[in-house]
This record gives sequence, structure tokens and C-alpha cells, in this order.
Amino acid sequence: MLLRHTSKEVKEREGLTINPAKTCQPIGAMYAALGIHGCLPHSHGSQGCCSYHRSTLTRHYKEPVMAATSSFTEGASVFGGQANLLAAIDTIFSVYEPDIIAVHSTCLSETIGDDLQQITRKANDDGKIPEGKRVIFASTPSFIGSHVTGYANMVTGIAQQFAVSTGAKKNQINIVAGWMEPSDMREIKRLAKELGVKIVLFPDTSDVLDAPQTGKHEFYPKGGTTIPELESIGDSLHSIALGSISAEPAAIALEKKCKVPFETLEVPIGLTATDRFIMSLSEIGGVTVPDEITADRGRLVDVIADMEQYLYGKRVALFGDPDQLVPLTEFLLDLNMKPVQIVSGTPGQRFEKTMREILDARSPETKFKNGIGADMFLLHQWMKNEPVDLLIGNTYGKYMARDEDVPFIRFGFPILDRIGHSYFPNVGYSGGLRLVEKILTALLDRQDRDALEEKFELVM
Amino acid sequence: MGTNTHFPDPSVVREELIQKYPAKVAKKRAKSIIINDPQIIPEVQANVRTVPGIITQRGCSYAGCKGVVLGPTRDIVNIVHGPIGCSFYAWMTRRNQTRTESLTDANYIPYCFSTDMQEENVVFGGEKKLKQAIQEAYDLFHPKSIAIFSTCPVGLIGDDVHAASREMREKFGDCNVFGFSCEGYRGVSQSAGHHIANNGVFKHMVGRDNTPSEGKFKLNLLGEYNIGGDAFEIERIFEKAGLTLISSFSGNSTIKQLENSHTADLNVIQCHRSINYMGDMMETKYGIPWMKVSFVGAESSAKSLRKIAEYFDDDALRAQVEAVIAEEMPRVKAVIDEILPRTTGKTAMLFVGGSRAHHYQDLFTELGMTTVAAGYEFAHRDDYEGRDVLPTIKIDADSKNIEELKVLPDPELYNPRKTEAELEALKEKGLEINGYSGMMQQMTKKSLVVDDLSHYESEKLIEIYKPDIFCAGIKEKYVVQKMGVPLKQLHSYDYGGPYTGFEGAVNFYKDIDRMVNNPVWKLIKAPWQKKVATNGVSKGLEASYVTQ
Ligand code: SF4
Ligand code: SF4
Repeated sequence: MLLRHTSKEVKEREGLTINPAKTCQPIGAMYAALGIHGCLPHSHGSQGCCSYHRSTLTRHYKEPVMAATSSFTEGASVFGGQANLLAAIDTIFSVYEPDIIAVHSTCLSETIGDDLQQITRKANDDGKIPEGKRVIFASTPSFIGSHVTGYANMVTGIAQQFAVSTGAKKNQINIVAGWMEPSDMREIKRLAKELGVKIVLFPDTSDVLDAPQTGKHEFYPKGGTTIPELESIGDSLHSIALGSISAEPAAIALEKKCKVPFETLEVPIGLTATDRFIMSLSEIGGVTVPDEITADRGRLVDVIADMEQYLYGKRVALFGDPDQLVPLTEFLLDLNMKPVQIVSGTPGQRFEKTMREILDARSPETKFKNGIGADMFLLHQWMKNEPVDLLIGNTYGKYMARDEDVPFIRFGFPILDRIGHSYFPNVGYSGGLRLVEKILTALLDRQDRDALEEKFELVM
Repeated sequence: MGTNTHFPDPSVVREELIQKYPAKVAKKRAKSIIINDPQIIPEVQANVRTVPGIITQRGCSYAGCKGVVLGPTRDIVNIVHGPIGCSFYAWMTRRNQTRTESLTDANYIPYCFSTDMQEENVVFGGEKKLKQAIQEAYDLFHPKSIAIFSTCPVGLIGDDVHAASREMREKFGDCNVFGFSCEGYRGVSQSAGHHIANNGVFKHMVGRDNTPSEGKFKLNLLGEYNIGGDAFEIERIFEKAGLTLISSFSGNSTIKQLENSHTADLNVIQCHRSINYMGDMMETKYGIPWMKVSFVGAESSAKSLRKIAEYFDDDALRAQVEAVIAEEMPRVKAVIDEILPRTTGKTAMLFVGGSRAHHYQDLFTELGMTTVAAGYEFAHRDDYEGRDVLPTIKIDADSKNIEELKVLPDPELYNPRKTEAELEALKEKGLEINGYSGMMQQMTKKSLVVDDLSHYESEKLIEIYKPDIFCAGIKEKYVVQKMGVPLKQLHSYDYGGPYTGFEGAVNFYKDIDRMVNNPVWKLIKAPWQKKVATNGVSKGLEASYVTQ
């Protein structure tokens, strides 16, 4: 047993988190900043945080992840990090020549109380920011929230610090991307194009973290939302935030600053969440949904109907981030499956409320927990007490899956041991199809493996 | 290392590497970019702060302490005191393999423990939560030891992890709780954390168990962390040779082994950078000499075994060691003979860690390849130039903050295993007793040595030298490969290994052969692109810093 010390008996813990189902804010901020074209993320703190965040993102994407650090030493920790950040800005613009530096804080700089707004203003006053270049920032203390919060904070910073309203409205719709993979962002753009709606998607990590092999390292890859696009979001007709935790705060900020009305939807994972997205985008964009999309949807429903017997009643445990777990849970219910145990380390009452709404009517016995005390250790204990048929979560889940001999699907962040997530979307109807295929393969492979010889089926 | 490889003029290369930096930065970096001369060994600026804004390979002191040194011991519950991230990122990402004797033996390596510090803990202090966490860990697991690691905010808010540990240790009575002040901002890299970890393990673990150990030739293996099973292979060889391994520091180790390690008669050091402090302190307190060895490379492994036999000065052991080498080598030779024609004459660059950039040069030599440039991520001058320079190293403000333990001979346990005269005689024979001659004496004249290589410099070096393989870590892996050059990770081994000993050498030869001769590197250009390229002048590899 890999997790041989995990006991069945659940005891309340107040001090100790074991096997967390979350990580810290700055990695989310770094990921978001990579979705801006020509932008170098910068970690304001000691270099360890930056190294860890880059390493984890690199392992997840198997792509270059560039970011700089203020390289605090003890002196900076005592006297404040202003000198380090000013020096860093200078070095970065001369050596790495980005269009934008996106600074996020760390536990260290937050504990010291460094004021990023004041320091970046000083950099500007001191002439350290070359003409036409930008330094933006977001405060991302890791002792609050999670990596999802950090993502939201950076996206909010992007919206606040780039958007301008010129007074002349533009016939376009903002889509604030919640935490999604590059493949998902590419799919959102494809869907909008098929609908015929002009959108500005931000951030956008497609063509950044799924870059082709060309024999040349593009320090600033082709993708990412551009400065002119970001400046134009203040003139857009409307915003759609995909994800109430990771995307909505940016839409709110944009409404405050530039009066762009918004609507919040789930990340379009699964059938009904995608339905809502397509409905909403077509209505706001004033277009009718083309037959192609309707046919895509039909194919997904068709597969579900054809294979329903293998899905029905299967008990699923899942862990991950709220904006993914909510639509995934809904989808599993649509598939007639039973999401019975759900855990997210990201705190917030919104998750609890939404989950309750979804589950109360359709699966009142489901256990779910988020925030402090909601970790993978707890989920594992639940699984030991009430075994499940399938586990869905990030790579760390494979230890529980192996110990409990449960089929396992990788979903969420980080995925360190498989590829695919950056290339094949989970969103939209095609993403739904991919998920159903994965679920069926996992379940049917297990049935094949465990079947008695006389019960081994050729056709399924 | 005879070679016909043509090197570009290294002084021009150096200019090229620093010309884009702001003046002050260029001046600083120039001192860390050195043209080697193995005869005179020039000074390398090392273990100094990274310039803010530079994209560095380095991590932090916590990573060196918890991640490197303490992480591999399987039965300690390692609680990270701080916000969640630090613990999360160090969760199994270093591939320290471990093998318990039974299915019920303690093994906490697959677990991640954190106090998940919240805002109120930062404001009002986190000691209460820490103690609560220690209590919960104790109640849940009843481990023999709990270690506490401080992350950046902890030092600033003034939590006393040592007092909290002491209090809980006394409360439990049967669980050794101890803490580390390894906040990420201490020192300039992981290196500070190694030192802090050495101090803590020495203070709180070594010497706690005085049970006399069995065995005629008893030794500890220091600075071997069992990445990819490296320690397993060395254990296999030791056993075959009749050597008794008391404890490794710390790959595949247990608390009991570490606590009993002072009963060994020799410490052999694999990674000098991360563990030399332990060697020195154990020598002073217990009289156990240390000796630098390397089990990276078949020849180096054989050499190291012979040195160990020489140290114990026993003919039966000498004969046994020769028998092991004679048995292992033919297998190695069969593989390298087959591979050599495909790797000979190729070039490598190694920029990694604090000892690997040196050790792995041996394997490349065995492959007939030349190391054209190398450097460490977090080493000190002695790892480059040899320990002779130790007295001349200036202690700067960043190093001064790391505690130097005052160690005295133990009134009861001090027992010099060899007399001064015996040690001198062994040194005469070429054994690196309490010594290490560093990386540079082994590298060719005019090869380039760069400490704390920056991202910018690495791209430049690749453009200029076009090496056949580049060795570094995960952050560099895909950058370099995007340039069409294979990158071998020498922290995680690209999830392969082991690379130590005789089996490891074979694994490495095969992996490098596969990588440098992989057909994928010829598939990069589409057929229609190739057509265009042959019309124009081939520009070779290039890096781009221009935004589009
Ligand atoms: S939790 Fe804080 S100190 Fe730790 S890695 Fe994250 S930002 Fe850095
Ligand atoms: S070999 Fe390298 S990575 Fe490993 S501990 Fe030593 S210096 Fe660190």
C-alpha cells in the first residue's frame, strides 16, 4: 500500500492538512499571466516559490514556462523588497524584452507588506519602464484562498489595468476564461467562431502552452491575448465570465471600471453547462445557433443514450477545483451516474451553495466538503468507508486509486504523468464526448479485467 | 580527455553572454563565467546572490533542507509549517525511492503534511496551529519522529518552531520532534538549506542510538538521495563487496539507521555540496574520517570501491572488490562497445545541482563525449576549484546567517578510526580523505565554467556551441528541446535511472544513445519547409527574444 497510514476512521483535524486538494495563489497568477501575449510573469519573493511554480506548470504542460523572480534574500525580507523589484524590472526589460511584466506577490512579500502598486508606480516615475511597455500586478497571498484565487486575482488585475473605455462601444463580447487548459480556450474560440460571434477571450494560453516543435524556442510564443485586445475589453458590449471563482471577479472589476455588463456561467464542461454557454453567447451575440453545433450536441446525447447501461448508478469520487467540479458534478448526474464524494481545498461558501442546489434534488446523500479540512486524505477515508466505482482528479489521485483498486481518470490540475489535457478539450460538446469516452473506457476496461471467463463479453 | 573538438574562442563567448546585461549585472556575471585551465584553476564566483529579474535555475533553502536532505528518510513525518504551496510542490516531486522491509513498515514519503497557514495565523502567529498539527500527526500515526520545516512567512512572524517542537517532544516522550529554520529567503539557494538540514540531523538524530553495529567494514553513504533507485544499486554493490552500509544520508534510509550512523568506521561522500558539513562534524565528534567517492560512471564506481578497500586496508576486502569489478565490468563493456561508435565525438553541456555537473562528466567520458561547458546551480567555490580554496572563501552576509555548529569531540564516543599518520599515508595514495578536488581539474583547458547559469546565457551557449545534449532540470527541459537539442534531466533523470554503479552506467549509456540519435530531431522540419531551407543559407539554431 502506498498510502498505508490512511485509516478508515475519520477524525476532525484543525491543524494538519494531509495531501491537499489545492495549492497556492501565485501559481495561478503565473498561469494567467502566460495567457497574455508578450508577457513575462514575475514572482515577487524569494526564488524558491518561482522555481516551484515554474516546475509544476512545466511538468503539467511539458512546455517552457518562463518567469522571473525578485530573488529575495534575508536583507530584502527585513527591509522590504522594493529595491529588488526595481532592479528586477530593469534587468527584465533589458535582457528579456517583454511587452509586459506581470508581477504577483508571494507569502513573503505579502507578510512584509510590500505594496506592489506603489512600487510599480515608482518604477514608472523612475523611468524604469520603457516607452510602450507595461508593468501590471496582482496581490496573491497564499495564506488566503488557493491557486484558483491567485488565478482570479491576476485576471482581475489584467482587466483592471488594461481596460479603457473610449466611449465608443465595440461589437464584441468579452469572455473571461476561468481556469481552463489551452485546449479548452481554443475550443471556446472555435465555438464562438462557429456561432459567428466576435469575442475577446482573456487570458488565452492556447498557442502558448501547446506550442509546436519548430527547432526554435519562441520566448514569447504566438498566442496570448494582445495589448490592443485587452485595452478594447472596456468597450465590449458584454462580458461572460466562465467560472464563478476563477473568472467572475474580473468581470465584476470590468463592470465597475468600464460599465460592461456581465453574466457568470459555469465553465462549459458537460452537456447542460455547454447548453447554457451556447444559449447565452448566441443570445447576447444576437445570432442563431448553427446546425453544426446542434449536431455536435446531438452526437453527445446519442452516445450517452447508447451507453447508458454502463454509466447508470456508478459511484464516483472526485476532487479538484470548484469551477470544474460544479459542472462536472452536473454532467455526471446527467449521465445518470452518482457523484458521491466531492472534495476541494479551495475555500468559499459559493461552492457549497451551488453544490447543494445541484445535489439536493438529484443526489442528497452525496458528501462534499471544501476549504480547510477538505483534503485528499479525507476523501481517501471516505472512499475506504464507502467504496466507489471511479475516481476523478489530478495525478495525485493515482495513489488512492491504486491502493483501493479503483478506476481512475485524470482531470484537473496538475496532471504530471499523462499528456492530452493541453491538446484535447474538456469543454463544449466535443469535450463532453471526450469525457464520456474516458469514463466508459475506464469502467469497461475494469469490467473486462474483472469478468469471469464465462462472463467475458465480446460486444459491449 | 583527448579530443579534437574545436571550441569557439571562449573569451568571445563570454563577451557574448554578458553583452546584453545592464552594466552592473554584466560586471557581476562576468566573475561567474570562467575559462577553465585545469593547471592553474582560476577563481569562480559562486554561492552569491542571483540578480533580481534574472531567470535562474535556483530554488530556495527550504527545498534544499526538506526536499533534498530530509525528504528521502521514509519514517519521519515531515510537517511543513507555512502556507500550503511550499509543501504541495515538494510532494513526491524528487523521486526519492524507498523500499520498506515489510508492507506495514512506516513510509510517509507518499504523504504531504502542511499546517496550511491562514491569514489569521500570519497576523496572530501560527505556533498554536503548529502544535495542534503536531498533536494530530502524533495521534494519527504515532511516528518515531516528526520534523518541522519553516517556510518564508514563519521567520518573519516570529513563530519559534524549535520551542514548539521541544514542547511537543517533551509532552509525547516517545516521539522525537525537531524543527528547521529553513525559510526560503535564507542564503542564496538550496545550498543554505543543505547546511541547515545537516545541522539539524546532526543535532537531533545522529548518535541517539548507541547499539553497536555488526559488520567488519562499516560505512555510511553520504549525499546519496536514491533518485531513481541510485542508492539501491550502490547498496547492491556494497553487499556484493562485503561492505556493511550502516546508514545512507539519506536515500532509502530510516530514522534508526541515521541515529546509529556514528557506529560506522568511514563516511563516503557522494554529493559533496549537500552533505560535506555532516562529514566534518562526524569526524570531529566521533573520529570518523570521510572520503570523497563517486558511483556515477562504471570506472568511477570501480575506483571508489578500490579506494574504500584501501581505506580499510584489508587484503580479503581488496580481493573481494576486485572480484566484484571483474564480474560487473564485462557486462558494462559489452554495452558501451556497441554504443560507443554512435556517441564518440559528440558534445555535452551540464548545468545542474551541486555535484552532478561534475560526476556525470565521467559518464560522458565513458561515452566518448566531451563536456564543453559545465556549471552548478548552487555550489560553492570548493566544488569548482577544490577544497584547498576553503580558507580563502570570503564569508558574505548571506552565508553568515547560516549557523555553524560548534562541534567538539564526544567525551565518550570519540574514537579516531585512523591515526593522523595513517590518514596522511592514505592521502598519499590518492584517496580524497576529508578532501575534494572539485570539477575544474577534470575539465579541459578552455572549456567554459559558468556558475548559476541564467536562462539567457543557456540559450546563447546552445546557439554558439550547438551541443549534442544539454543536461539540466525540468525548467530547462522543454526550452532546450524546443531548440532541437535533447535535454537530459539530471535531477529527475526523466523518470528513468538508476544511473549509479554498473547497472546505472549501462542505463545511462543507453539513454544518451537513444536521445542523441533519436530520429525525432530530424523530423522537426516538414518536407515543404526543408525545400525552402536548402535554397537559403542554413542559419542553424537560434533563439529569439523579439516579441511579435
Ligand atoms: S505558499 Fe507561499 S511561500 Fe510557499 S511556494 Fe507558495 S507563495 Fe511561496
Ligand atoms: S546531487 Fe545535486 S541535486 Fe542532488 S543533492 Fe547534490 S547538489 Fe543537490
